[in-house]
Amino acid sequence: MAEELRADKESMSKEDAIEVMATVIEPLPNAMFKVELENKHQVLAHVSGKMRKNFIRILPGDKVAVELSPYDLNRGRIVYRYK
Amino acid sequence: MAIVCKSAAEIEKMRRSGRIVRQVLDHLKTLVAPGATTMDLERAADAKMKELGAKPAFQGYYDYPCVLCTSINEEIVHGIPSEKRVLQAGDIVSIDCGVVLDGYYGDAAITVPVGDSLTPELRKLLEVTEASLYRGIEQVRIGNAVGDVGAAVQAHVEANGFSVVREFVGHGIGTRLHEEPQVPNFGVRGHGPRLREGMVIAIEPMVNSGKPGTRVLDDKWTAVTADGSYSAHFEHCVAVTKNGPEILTQ
Repeated sequence: MAEELRADKESMSKEDAIEVMATVIEPLPNAMFKVELENKHQVLAHVSGKMRKNFIRILPGDKVAVELSPYDLNRGRIVYRYK
Repeated sequence: MAIVCKSAAEIEKMRRSGRIVRQVLDHLKTLVAPGATTMDLERAADAKMKELGAKPAFQGYYDYPCVLCTSINEEIVHGIPSEKRVLQAGDIVSIDCGVVLDGYYGDAAITVPVGDSLTPELRKLLEVTEASLYRGIEQVRIGNAVGDVGAAVQAHVEANGFSVVREFVGHGIGTRLHEEPQVPNFGVRGHGPRLREGMVIAIEPMVNSGKPGTRVLDDKWTAVTADGSYSAHFEHCVAVTKNGPEILTQ
């Protein structure tokens, strides 16, 4: 049975990320941080470009939103710092 | 969804379902004659599948009502078998059959002339379409792109003055009837996902004698040519192996 051509092509990629809340444990070089998720997992996360562009500082103890990659659940991107 | 590569054991299961599809199609080919109805073919296919121990793949797929797709003349694909559709001498009918055995799917199609009185133009349409399928199959090698398959099919079809249907495409196949990647019958060399060992794709060129446009009838399934020209369809399931393409539905 033939399939219908999907016009959207890239149905994958884009937004498969899983967003979670986490607390920053310790800073590492190159704007990387060890963060701890709510489920006690520790994850390597880097600061997103948007945050660096707007000079948003992150310190250990901050609560942040982290986007986790579906390909490697041990790496993430810090996308928001909560007040 | 990523493209699933099958292990040797899984490919063996697909070989089995492919063999069954081949046997069903070979049997149906002998039944195609003036006066036969597409529902006759449907019943024969259902019986043959039961006899060989496989289940039909199409029935119930998105509510498709039958086990076969029978498409006559200007029908491209997904024609629904019916008592009212009687084959006439000079017609061409494409029969698309899918089975599932042990969780793995097989899908193949042939277009058959009815009687001996086919016009030379139609005979050419069938030959070119079938040949374009094999041109596409030749491209199925590790490291090639999915676009290489489509480009090869398109080149052969258009060199012979026919056109390739754009709206319907081939597909990956395995534990589901339709899997990633989509395999269009047109394309650009080097474009698209890379073929790796263990991938299984169903290549199914749909070729119109006139323009490539399509239209779907009110039954929500039957696709016909927009300009009323005739259309042929051939399909094989091909596995990507170290030694090149292996046709599972031969």
